[in-house]
Amino acid sequence: MRFERRETRSPILLMGAPLIAVAVALAITGFLIALSGAPVLEAFQKILISAFGSRLAITETLTRATPLIFTGLAVAVAFRAQVWNIGAEGQLYLGALAVAAAGSGGAFGLPPLLLIPFLMVVGALAGMVLLVVPVTLRFRFGVDEVVTTLLLNFIVLLFVSLAIEGFMRDPLAFGWPQSVPVDGDARLPKLVPKSRLHLGLVIAIIAAIVVFLVNRYSVFGMQSRAAGLNAAAARFAGVPISWTLIKVACLSGGLAGLAGAVEVMGVKGHVSTALSPGFGYAGIVVAMLANLNPLGVVAAAIFVAAMFVGADGMSRSLEVPSFIADVTVSLALLTMLVALFLSTYRVVR
Amino acid sequence: MSELVDILFTVGLWSSVLRIATPLIFGTLGALLCERAGVLNLGIEGIMTFGAMVGWLTVYQGGDLWAGVFAAAACGAVFGLLHALMTVNLGLSQHVTGLGVTLFASSLSYYIFRLAVPVQGTPPTVEPFQTYAVPLLSDLPFLGPTLFSQTPLTYLALAVALLLAYVMARTPLGLAVRMTGENPHAAEAQGLNPIGLRIGAICAGSALMGVGGAFLTLAAFNSFFPTMVQGRGWVCIALVVFSTWRPSRALLGAVLFALFDGYQLRLQAHFGKAVPYQLFLMMPYILSIVALVIMSRRARVPQALMKPYRRGER
Repeated sequence: MRFERRETRSPILLMGAPLIAVAVALAITGFLIALSGAPVLEAFQKILISAFGSRLAITETLTRATPLIFTGLAVAVAFRAQVWNIGAEGQLYLGALAVAAAGSGGAFGLPPLLLIPFLMVVGALAGMVLLVVPVTLRFRFGVDEVVTTLLLNFIVLLFVSLAIEGFMRDPLAFGWPQSVPVDGDARLPKLVPKSRLHLGLVIAIIAAIVVFLVNRYSVFGMQSRAAGLNAAAARFAGVPISWTLIKVACLSGGLAGLAGAVEVMGVKGHVSTALSPGFGYAGIVVAMLANLNPLGVVAAAIFVAAMFVGADGMSRSLEVPSFIADVTVSLALLTMLVALFLSTYRVVR
Repeated sequence: MSELVDILFTVGLWSSVLRIATPLIFGTLGALLCERAGVLNLGIEGIMTFGAMVGWLTVYQGGDLWAGVFAAAACGAVFGLLHALMTVNLGLSQHVTGLGVTLFASSLSYYIFRLAVPVQGTPPTVEPFQTYAVPLLSDLPFLGPTLFSQTPLTYLALAVALLLAYVMARTPLGLAVRMTGENPHAAEAQGLNPIGLRIGAICAGSALMGVGGAFLTLAAFNSFFPTMVQGRGWVCIALVVFSTWRPSRALLGAVLFALFDGYQLRLQAHFGKAVPYQLFLMMPYILSIVALVIMSRRARVPQALMKPYRRGER
């Protein structure tokens, strides 16, 4: 058995790849649910109802999808240029911490209309700095950024823990380790009353559209794609590789920082070490399921969020551990890789 | 200040060094073996987590301790095979596949753990490996309690390091694996099978990672809890670079790292009141990054690392 590159990648196969990947992942999930002894079809039905079955469920799913759109975009932008940013989790937390620091205690007396954009810039900048360092280390010292960004996740989480137990501790939190809350003016307005859904979703979708346009129509977008496809050829063609990668790092880190910013300003109001249940790592799955397409990221983020929200609800009524959502999502990443491969190669006997 | 130096010469510190180093030795050797054959295995963090879970679960269900170790190795090899099929046979991105394997292996281990052990106040425990004092040698002053009173898995780790160093440097098999990692086309021209060699190396390396994880639940601690691997896998990937892809130096790197970690833990106990403990916990990760920065320039990376090999394709 051999694999032969297809002459043309059919758009139908390319569009179908994520659907096939998700279907296979769900089939394996069904098998794992059966292992727990729960009725499989009922479990899937419960997942679907918990994720989309009511107005509240839909708003919960979209609330969960909001940071995933940002981290998914962050990963998609980076991977397209072959910058292996696995540190979205750390960038999210640092962005969140920066927002909590700048947005509390008077917040420089800015009016709400200016304060919210200001805080988003602050969060994005924090994420940017955290990614520019490892990317710089890559071309200054040849250090693989996969390992450094991964290790930075642990360092940042410890730093957050240090901050919220120390200099940023909320004295009114009854001893819970959490940061001082951001001011009321810094909170994002709700989209749907009596739900948690906030303006962050709109900002996330706008970000996806902007990234899509930048990718497709700007010189920077072309250069970053060229750097990812073949860095040597791109350099030969006059693309400033280091500078392009720094810009990619700023965009990617900034988007991940924004994920933290909207989580604090839209949902939690403060930072704790429970702010993100792995949004940064799930962003990798989101980006891959979208085949690194910024608009696809929105759809992929909603799927991943629905799995998490749905599995939470399902595990409350059936005795299936909610970790099943993490299994499905990670399986979808692996099956997506294979599906993409099969859309590019054909099997020859 | 002299107390800081005094800690360095306590038996307690040095006997903890080999204990802390053991999972790192297994993990680093495993990752090294994969990379020497030309494949980066970022599945390590998840494979170690799964090894920790399945090793513990085997013993918890009434299995022998060594059966637990074997189960961890076997499951590690299976995840390695998954990684190999995707990166070697299909030639997919080693970065993304590895992360996928890590996410899958760790979430699957949490899921299986929760299925087997419902939520309860304190996590259930097993009777872990006891230290084995080597006759005569353990009576030596200082060396006895530090080197020769360890659990059997630590002795196994040291033995594997020596064995791997010997195989890689002195045997035809080691030469074949190294050649596959440097130039698979040349290896094929020599009548070797680069695809098979890579798959074998990844499975064997991943089995070692699994055992490294099992050490955590069967010797270092006696229970399993999610996120217990705590980035040790990523540290191992950094240690491989530090070791310049040599098993003997991997051993040295793991021991140095463990010395630092053990020292940091004791400083924490000493200064816990004055300095936030998180600063101490950060140290090992920062040290890994510093080591990478220092060593990466000098490192002679296996030339075909992360380059998929397709027969007849240049």
